[in-house]
Amino acid sequence: MTHWLILPIVLPAMLAAFMVLAARYHLLIQRVLSVAGTLALLMLAVGLFWQASDGTVSLYQLGNWAAPFGIVLVADRLSTLMVLLTCVLAVPVLLYAIGSGWDNRGRHFHPLFQFQLMGILGAFLTGDAFNLFVFFEVLLIASYGLMIHAGGQRRLRAGTQYVLYNLLGSTLFLFALGTIYAETGTLNMADLAMRVATLDAADGAGIRVAAVLLLLVFAVKAAILPLHFWLPASYAEAPAPVAALFAIMTKVGAYCIIRFYTLVFPPDLEITQGLFDVWLMPAALLTVALGMAGVLGAKRTDRMVAFSVIGSMGMLLAAVSVFTPAGISAALYYAIHSTFAAAALFMLIDVIRSRRGAAEVSFVDAPPMTGGALVAGMFFVAAIAMTGLPPLSGFVGKLLILDAARSADLMWWVWATILVGSLIAVVGFSRAGSQIFWNAHQRAETPVEDDAAAPVVPEGQGVLPMVSVGGLLALLVALTVAAGPVTRVLEATSAQLFNPERYLSVVLTTPGKEISDDHGEDTHGDADGSGYATDDQGADAAAAPEKDH
Amino acid sequence: MELLVASAIGVLTAAGVYLILRLRTFPVIIGTSLVSYAVNVFLFASGRLALNAPPILRDGVEVYTDPLPQALVLTAIVISFGMTAVVVMIAVGSYLSAGDDLVNDPDTLAGTKNAEPSQRGGGKA
Repeated sequence: MTHWLILPIVLPAMLAAFMVLAARYHLLIQRVLSVAGTLALLMLAVGLFWQASDGTVSLYQLGNWAAPFGIVLVADRLSTLMVLLTCVLAVPVLLYAIGSGWDNRGRHFHPLFQFQLMGILGAFLTGDAFNLFVFFEVLLIASYGLMIHAGGQRRLRAGTQYVLYNLLGSTLFLFALGTIYAETGTLNMADLAMRVATLDAADGAGIRVAAVLLLLVFAVKAAILPLHFWLPASYAEAPAPVAALFAIMTKVGAYCIIRFYTLVFPPDLEITQGLFDVWLMPAALLTVALGMAGVLGAKRTDRMVAFSVIGSMGMLLAAVSVFTPAGISAALYYAIHSTFAAAALFMLIDVIRSRRGAAEVSFVDAPPMTGGALVAGMFFVAAIAMTGLPPLSGFVGKLLILDAARSADLMWWVWATILVGSLIAVVGFSRAGSQIFWNAHQRAETPVEDDAAAPVVPEGQGVLPMVSVGGLLALLVALTVAAGPVTRVLEATSAQLFNPERYLSVVLTTPGKEISDDHGEDTHGDADGSGYATDDQGADAAAAPEKDH
Repeated sequence: MELLVASAIGVLTAAGVYLILRLRTFPVIIGTSLVSYAVNVFLFASGRLALNAPPILRDGVEVYTDPLPQALVLTAIVISFGMTAVVVMIAVGSYLSAGDDLVNDPDTLAGTKNAEPSQRGGGKA
């Protein structure tokens, strides 16, 4: 057992605590530490991804307790992929926050950022359902702080909504976990998978309720149609780098759906029949429709992008709910793509906002912005990616989804919704681009005398923000160019998801400390003798489950 | 016993949901607190209800109650307590900066940003 697996969680936690305690009033030290920590996380993530890329499932037993009793972290292809995606996103977002001065507009940006990363990475790595809840809370608490970073009336109002909505989501999660525990007596995901598979379908009302409740919780996170209300205001009002980082948060919901419903409630399980083809697929398609209608109907660019995020989550979940290996790998490709595209758009909109003066991001006529050509070019590229026009990765992702949907019952509905939705999104984004970049030039030809009113590039909007946006766009281009190899990796990932035997055996049969018969001596000491197991811990082994939670 | 616990969870949840559907932050926060109390009791019940039984497994103990839900409830209580404190702080901040304590979408306020807030704040609670 190596300790690499716990480092993506421990490192940001320690770093954040250190920054709060020791470098509270030193922005420069915080910036240096934060960037260094995020880069270290990126390297760790690459290492873990490399380790899992041959199909290895690595296990980390916290406190060396064996699986059903202790908490485990599991790194398989899917979780390391998501960890890598998070870390790759975090670097440009952090650079943007530093370059644009957002981290200086309120306190504690960097510690909260690190806590947010800790929560997200923990949620991807954990193999225990209750631990997943705890990491959800970690990432939510950090996101509450980040969401209202820098304050302001509209942001606080949106923040209140966001917190209340997620508070309810957490409560629902607890209800789901309570139901699961009452039905199966375990919360370890692998153990759950074994026990759910042996349940009698005729007697499975409780576990079916639990499965639906869990799906609702993850649908709140993923902003699926009836539960999407928190997203537009939160994402539009959040500080730009935070909104860009939040692009991964909706994917946490999608990840949990993929993880739980391939491992614990697999598609061929009789108890949860119909959950996907009857309920999730129509909800996902309606989400696409609503997101794209929102893109067309939004009065401000930031809201337009927020609605395009909803639309892209709809497409992602439509691909997931086909529930074939091809569908899952298409969904993963689209998840990577839409994370980068949404993050780039949110940051670009912040650039536009700071350069347009009083007009901000509304669709009103305004004088042309300084350096408008570069911003316009970047917006054009990002919009092409987001709406899924060729040649960028959005198009490839959409092709994969449409191809995977051929095996779905609702195939024609999927095709019609996605294609018409994309068309609407193209119209919406073209309108935004023409209004912001072209109408400005038309206005500028008419003589404008009050030069003092013309916005200038504000302080701090230098090269670094544009470099970070450019980096994200470069990642999108790379994702397009390397679509073949990436797709092969993703196919291997979804193949592993649909054959969970290895995951189950690694989690459940790896020895560790156990609760033994009477005296509680720990008998199955780990072979390589990691320093966690001490004898006096073992002596009180009866209380093992308590300790671990 | 079962009836008492079940109806307590049900009544708490119903009252909580009713309050959450209000338009102002104070009742909504009270509502979320009620729902989180309900879920705490529910988590207790998920380990089956056992009266006067110790939560430990040990030789000679035949009747015991499941210790795991109690640990889960402890975690859940701490988290929901902290979350409620956070939401109270953010709601107070929102109230102080906006002048009203509605939980509506800020976009609906966009047109009336400079209008006097008392008009919107004076509706029925």
